[in-house]
Amino acid sequence: MAEKIGRVPVREQDPKVRAHNFEEVCYGYNEEEALLESSRCLNCRNPRCVQHCPVGIHIPAFIAQVKAGAFAEAAAVIARDSSLPAVCGRVCPQETQCEGSCILGVKGEPVAIGKLERFVADWSRANGGVPVEKAPANGKKVAVVGSGPSGLACASDLAKLGYDVTIFEVLHKAGGVLQYGIPEFRLPKERVVEPEIDSVRALGVKIETNVVVGRTLTVDDLLDREGFQAVFVGSGAGLPRFMGIPGESLNGVFSANEFLTRSNLMRAFDPASDTPIFVGKRVAVVGGGNVAMDAARTALRLGSKVTIVYRRTEKELPARAEEVHHAREEGIEFRMLTNPVEILGDENGWVRALRCIQMELGEPDASGRRSPIPVAGSEFDIPVDEVIMALGTSPNPLIAGTTKGLETERHGCIVADESGATSRPGVFAGGDAVTGAATVILAMGAGRRAAAAIDAYLKG
Amino acid sequence: MYKITRKNILTPTICLMDVEAPRIAAAAMPGQFLIVRARPEGERIPLTICNYDRSAGTVTIVTQLIGASSRLICALEEGDCFTDVVGPLGRPSDFVEMPDEALRGRRYLFVAGGLGTAPVYPQAKYLHERGAKVDVIVGAKTADLLILRQEMASVCDHLYVCTDDGSEGHHGLVTEKIKLLLEAGETYDQAVAIGPMIMMKFVTLTLRDSGIPLVVSLNTLMVDGTGMCGCCRITVGGKVRFACVEGPEFNAYEVDFDEALRRQTMYRPQEQEADHKCKIGRN
Repeated sequence: MAEKIGRVPVREQDPKVRAHNFEEVCYGYNEEEALLESSRCLNCRNPRCVQHCPVGIHIPAFIAQVKAGAFAEAAAVIARDSSLPAVCGRVCPQETQCEGSCILGVKGEPVAIGKLERFVADWSRANGGVPVEKAPANGKKVAVVGSGPSGLACASDLAKLGYDVTIFEVLHKAGGVLQYGIPEFRLPKERVVEPEIDSVRALGVKIETNVVVGRTLTVDDLLDREGFQAVFVGSGAGLPRFMGIPGESLNGVFSANEFLTRSNLMRAFDPASDTPIFVGKRVAVVGGGNVAMDAARTALRLGSKVTIVYRRTEKELPARAEEVHHAREEGIEFRMLTNPVEILGDENGWVRALRCIQMELGEPDASGRRSPIPVAGSEFDIPVDEVIMALGTSPNPLIAGTTKGLETERHGCIVADESGATSRPGVFAGGDAVTGAATVILAMGAGRRAAAAIDAYLKG
Repeated sequence: MYKITRKNILTPTICLMDVEAPRIAAAAMPGQFLIVRARPEGERIPLTICNYDRSAGTVTIVTQLIGASSRLICALEEGDCFTDVVGPLGRPSDFVEMPDEALRGRRYLFVAGGLGTAPVYPQAKYLHERGAKVDVIVGAKTADLLILRQEMASVCDHLYVCTDDGSEGHHGLVTEKIKLLLEAGETYDQAVAIGPMIMMKFVTLTLRDSGIPLVVSLNTLMVDGTGMCGCCRITVGGKVRFACVEGPEFNAYEVDFDEALRRQTMYRPQEQEADHKCKIGRN
């Protein structure tokens, strides 16, 4: 019986070696491994994996094509619902989505859906990609603000429906968080991100970089002056959050966004880049999400000794399981139930230590997680010369502050309904700009729903 | 795109360029800045906007050669292109929100130090055109390091020059000139200081008890410049603020200048090393 075969392991770079380079950690399946793994799928009649995919990829259908060796057909099945399969196969939290609901996971290990998706996407890219299928042009123009996951997903769907779509990107490279946030060793830029964005361009989507919507052009300019009939705002998460503890303005304290933007977007890890990056001897990264793992593993690769400081326990770590596992393998130290209370500086104003307090788990809070409480008198210092804060973000005020009649909630996130419609007719929003920092795939889901809503709105 | 249509050498270390950037030229207002990259491997360098010509679709920037990245910018010639130019960034100066009638006759004192003369120019020009009374103090080490002197003179009522060595105008610091003006009975509704952080700190100390509101434009370190990385954070009025989206102009009396000065040195060792390598590359 097929289900008797265990999950096919994926080949990875040796942790000792990869701790010193920025090459991709995971090698992915080859054809033989993909064929074997695909044979484990039961092709359920009511596939729960599809329901748990934020963009609704027809998972058993694409896996059936892999099983038949029809990789191009498998890619075509995925392309109907996802414009970024090579990205999602690498960065989705599969364990809480498709794979988390796989029936095989009840008694054993779920089908490696993410690894199969990645295999199909990589094979397809190496073999000419998926032929473009799109409706005839309908002459209607839609502007998309931001070329991150939500904007790319929204733009792709609209382009397929025949819309004339222009994406406005503030940075000098398209991709949003895929460029500035997720490191090369997890998501290679030239090999994966750029071709994936090119495939969105191949649908006819125009991408204009270096345009700050809210400054260079406002949303009102797009609608009134530039001839767009609808606007999708997928401007992403915003300003980094800090803890509000003493010492956060010392030299040597960085937001994970700054640290990662320097390394990822500006490629500061590469000696050929002009952008500097600070490499501490001992680094504390505060936080437990994917961004914290990315910052920690980047610092490690640059040559620092790294400790992750998190106020709850390993069970509550919000990061993908695979990232935590990889970080541990690479030699990153984890200090759980530890919360910073102060950053201590030397006489010149540079970081010398992170003062923390021990925590214990108390009663479950509103989120159902047991909330950490400080243990009185348990303060201790971790000697470090660099602290990276990975505590999430609060919304960027640029668009909300310059768009008439665009409602925001009390944190500053744009208010949008399930379809992405905002308080302003013709203006839709989705992704982190609406939800606060979340995942690539949730942002893509929001972008797709908004594309459908924009289509309905413009068909009126 | 982003072609340099004019380049003028203002001093041996300062150059002025007009750059094709129609969208930025159309949107720019006094007080705002932009970010350039001189080459594909280049850093994102924030520069103040010195002027904008909406009909020609160009913006004017002024760059001082202080390190590896500014050396790359200054090495570009007429006809060359920047890899990227993005902007306008930051909030325009508060006075652009004021109706023209309110600006007429209103007295402004600008204090410009070195390269800070460049961002003062569009502010003085905007106010002068609307009938405000504009006095400008310009400070430089020596007379031959003064920039935009004629341009500035044409958009203000009084131009006071200060040089450290006395080679022109008042022999001494801009803060001394401020004191002299106030002692002579001059009064102002608003003061604006733009220049090196250390100069802005001392202008702030000088004016603290004068009762004149003072705005400074903070030239912090930045990466994206659009409210994402937090590199530009400073403490204003005891709160963390982000110069790129909430500034660059702030109420001077609330700025923690010592922290801002210290944070500017964050990458100095790396910058010095890069500049060293850069010069070796040139020879």
